[in-house]
Amino acid sequence: MRVALFLTCVNDTLYPETGRAVVKLLTRLGVDVDFPMGQTCCGQAHYNTGYRHEAEPLARKFSDVFREYEAIVTPSGSCGAMVRELYPRMGERARAEGRGDTLARTLAPVVPKTYELTEFLVDVLGVTDVGAYYPHKVTYHPTCHGLRGLGLGERPRRLLQAVKGLELVELPGADECCGFGGTFALKNADVSAAMGADKVRNAESTGAEVLCAADNSCLMHIGGTMARLRTGMRPVHIAEILASTEEEPTV
Amino acid sequence: MSGTYLGMPAFPKAAHEAVHNATLRGNLRHATHTIRGKRAKAVAEMSDWAELREAGKLIKDHTLRHLDRYLVQLEESVTAAGGTVHWAVDADEANRIVADLVKATGETEVVKVKSMATQEIGLNEALEAEGIHAYETDLAELIVQLGKDRPSHILVPAIHRNRGEIRDIFAREMSEWGRPAPEGLTDTPAELAEAARLHLREKFLRAKVGVSGANFMVAETGTLVVVESEGNGRMCLTLPETLISVVGIEKIVPTWQDLEVFLQTLPRSSTAERMNPYTSTWTGTTDSATADGPSVFHLVLIDNGRTDTLADEVGRQALRCIRCSACLNVCPVYERAGGHAYGSVYPGPIGAILSPQLRGTASEVDASLPYASSLCGACYEVCPVAIDIPEVLVHLRERVVQGGPVTEKGNKVVLKPAKGHAAERAAMRAARWAFSHPGALRTGQRLASRSRRLHPRTLPGPGRAWSATRDLPTVPAEPFRDWWQRTNGGKGMSK
Repeated sequence: MRVALFLTCVNDTLYPETGRAVVKLLTRLGVDVDFPMGQTCCGQAHYNTGYRHEAEPLARKFSDVFREYEAIVTPSGSCGAMVRELYPRMGERARAEGRGDTLARTLAPVVPKTYELTEFLVDVLGVTDVGAYYPHKVTYHPTCHGLRGLGLGERPRRLLQAVKGLELVELPGADECCGFGGTFALKNADVSAAMGADKVRNAESTGAEVLCAADNSCLMHIGGTMARLRTGMRPVHIAEILASTEEEPTV
Repeated sequence: MSGTYLGMPAFPKAAHEAVHNATLRGNLRHATHTIRGKRAKAVAEMSDWAELREAGKLIKDHTLRHLDRYLVQLEESVTAAGGTVHWAVDADEANRIVADLVKATGETEVVKVKSMATQEIGLNEALEAEGIHAYETDLAELIVQLGKDRPSHILVPAIHRNRGEIRDIFAREMSEWGRPAPEGLTDTPAELAEAARLHLREKFLRAKVGVSGANFMVAETGTLVVVESEGNGRMCLTLPETLISVVGIEKIVPTWQDLEVFLQTLPRSSTAERMNPYTSTWTGTTDSATADGPSVFHLVLIDNGRTDTLADEVGRQALRCIRCSACLNVCPVYERAGGHAYGSVYPGPIGAILSPQLRGTASEVDASLPYASSLCGACYEVCPVAIDIPEVLVHLRERVVQGGPVTEKGNKVVLKPAKGHAAERAAMRAARWAFSHPGALRTGQRLASRSRRLHPRTLPGPGRAWSATRDLPTVPAEPFRDWWQRTNGGKGMSK
């Protein structure tokens, strides 16, 4: 199966280790992974801040770059939700503005083929035990767009529970937003920081060493807050945990 | 809307104080989490909740699509039942109509059922200016009114107050308005409720005019419906000789059968009750010599931005709202910022989409409201009429930063972008350009990687908002795409 990795601009620039982990994990599971070099950004930051028209060329480009692949896998619940939930809506809005079906037709092929990583593992590959080893106490934060946008449900938890050596502890108030929200973190910095601090306090109360999520944007905010509050906890992307093995551990 | 809110600062500024007020945050956290948990339990009991939610959405959408027809039907039914219908295009007109109606009775006092519509138009202040005192009789509204405060929640207007604060307000203020609080009043709920009951009873028995809103209006019979928990509403609706109901035009349902859906979803969503304690219905006038209820009935139907909202095909879903306030109770932003920061009688997620539609996006606070959300989607998940609040928020953000066609007072106009977004717009365009050219993105990434040792720990400009409370991520030595090219995804030789 030939699969395209849609890494996202944030991961490409700031979290390449997540990308390397996805490649390692999928290769281990027998998937032929490609990274189309033409990829950049899905346009979510533009769309969600109110610049839908600026997001359109990025969505078209996404479709050009990825349309020929059997599946598109992304280690980001929120960028995955952008493609699956909001690309169709962008098409509808263009139609409502009297611009015809062109945008909708251009974007349609990539929509059903785009999967968030944990969804791809469980639903497409049909695995929950990916052969990982990670001897740490971990708590899991379900990010909003993964949870409510994509409906990832128990998939990430099931994958984590199957990891050897991993002790999974429940995060109090898990379903509550961490306060990142893209440009929300800048536009409403006080509220965002208060939400982040509450999330970190909840995480700390579990006694876990690691807070794991399926979205590095949220982890950037949570991790930045953890570091400032000197908690000693670490944010780790779920891909890095699932890629970790006894021979080649992720630290 | 209410003059009380004129000149409100933008949301982030108003939220700043609330975030740093520990008592307020504690009160809000405790209250919203308690209601949230109870609501989840009450909803989980219903195996057909998803169907009820869909039915509520469809009934509301159908009614809104044929609003003109149902409003005419309602007017006919109300008139046939002995009531008089008045139409008000905006707040000023509605206030003038109500003030004139009260003056015509010769009275200078009215008792009020808690009503969002009259809060929205600032009726109490308008009546006061005409020498008419309006007494709120809902317990939480009474607390707000006595405390010379503003409501901060749709269902629990005094949610930001704790028992100690309420005791102090009662002891200090009740004597100014009527029967004083009993000597030695403590902060136990029973004592506070008894003090309010005695204080209010005098007003109920004295009042000749009542003012109410309505949760629903049934077009087929001209019946109005109020759903409440304390019984004060029942008193106001049955004791006075004249009843004036002020209602938004979107509160209509076609038939009694449609009510069935909302009388199930509203109590569970709002107070987590299986059934509502007091559901009062009234139709026109009654012969008060032989029956309870007013012998004179006026219905003031207010538009105040609703038909403009209805003209917007994305935003109109906000008019489905049945004011249950479930979205407030699950909203992490509301929980920290409090209701006052929204600068409107409609706080929380629903307020963030309703106010900028009813009032337009011209003021500082209205232009900031669509951004008062992290788009987490919890509000949409709990909404009993499935209003996709995040969708409307993003739609209104677009209106703020890019402008576009809107309907204002019935006329189609093209809005210019709101002021203050020029730098952001330029940044978004630059980012779009860079993302459209992978080579440019790569150059930028490499520059960032090579200069990584020089990066400051705190950011200037808008970035300061990040680095004030959060560490910045460190830029890696090599972006992913360079690693991929160098190693062909780990398969090739490294340089």
